[in-house]
Amino acid sequence: MKEWPLWEIFIRSQHGLAHKHVGSLHAPDGEMAINNARDVYTRRNEGVSVWVVKASDVVASSPGDKGPLFEPANSKVYRHPTFFPMPEAVKHI
Amino acid sequence: MDNHKLEYLLRLGDSTLVLGQRLSEWCGRGPALEEDIALTNVALDLVGQTRLWLGYAAELEGAGRTADQLAYLRDAHQFLNLLLVEQPNGSYADTLARQFLFDTWHYFQLEGLQRSTDARIAGIAAKSLKEVTYHVRRSADLVVRLGDGTEESHRRMQDAFDDLWMFTGELFESDAADAALVKDGVVPDPEALAAPWQRHVAEVLEEATLRLPAGTWSQSGGRHGRHTEHLGYLLAEMQFLQRAYPGARW
Repeated sequence: MKEWPLWEIFIRSQHGLAHKHVGSLHAPDGEMAINNARDVYTRRNEGVSVWVVKASDVVASSPGDKGPLFEPANSKVYRHPTFFPMPEAVKHI
Repeated sequence: MDNHKLEYLLRLGDSTLVLGQRLSEWCGRGPALEEDIALTNVALDLVGQTRLWLGYAAELEGAGRTADQLAYLRDAHQFLNLLLVEQPNGSYADTLARQFLFDTWHYFQLEGLQRSTDARIAGIAAKSLKEVTYHVRRSADLVVRLGDGTEESHRRMQDAFDDLWMFTGELFESDAADAALVKDGVVPDPEALAAPWQRHVAEVLEEATLRLPAGTWSQSGGRHGRHTEHLGYLLAEMQFLQRAYPGARW
């Protein structure tokens, strides 16, 4: 229990469809990270699923890459699904 | 019958109240932020359970008292909690050993109370058991980590169990009130909880590379209002506000 590395916590709430990143915490290993996540982030909300990932295992895009990575799509209107007529019943999806 | 039930509810509610109060003392002082939050969570669980037990006790008593008044306006000799829970927090090892010994007992007791012929007791027990199942998992996990940790953590954990062992006999004592309630199927037989408790404690201590304390001498009296020197101080702090400003509300 000497080393307490940082863990990233992802939680799927009771009616949630996907795991969401909720924050991070320190714990000596995965099992305890899950216990700690339960106390820090779920507040005993039954029926949740928790993923814990060592922060060092997460590879993130760098802020400097923002332009080349994400912006081209904005100028390519044919990539936006806005030209499809939608039936009335599913207007608000 | 109702007198026996009242006594039983007070013993239970006082135990969860006093332990909840003890754990609250760690707030802001835990060894790590995550532990601090976890301990406070457990404290809140126990205080929440106290409200239910003492609320029912107050109704049975029928003297117009509330759960709050039972908590804040009784003196040490009127408290019927187990001696184990009033012991000081000490080091983190002391707190964990106390928690693990209590949680294990609490778990088996609530499991039995779920089948109570008293529907209200059965309901409160079922609700509490969800929380306590987590408490006992957590405290066992930490006992193993620290027992099987460094030389220092192993020594402290062993000392903690050795020190607290004399208060574990009281968990399984039975008197006339218990016997009457057991006969009517309201509560599980305290003595019958000893075997599963022993088994679980022995398993966890073995995994933690700790030895079971050998002492057979046990101290009791808490369930009859005879306490160690620690309870008075705890109540003085807990009850200060109601004593200084009777009836204060917030």
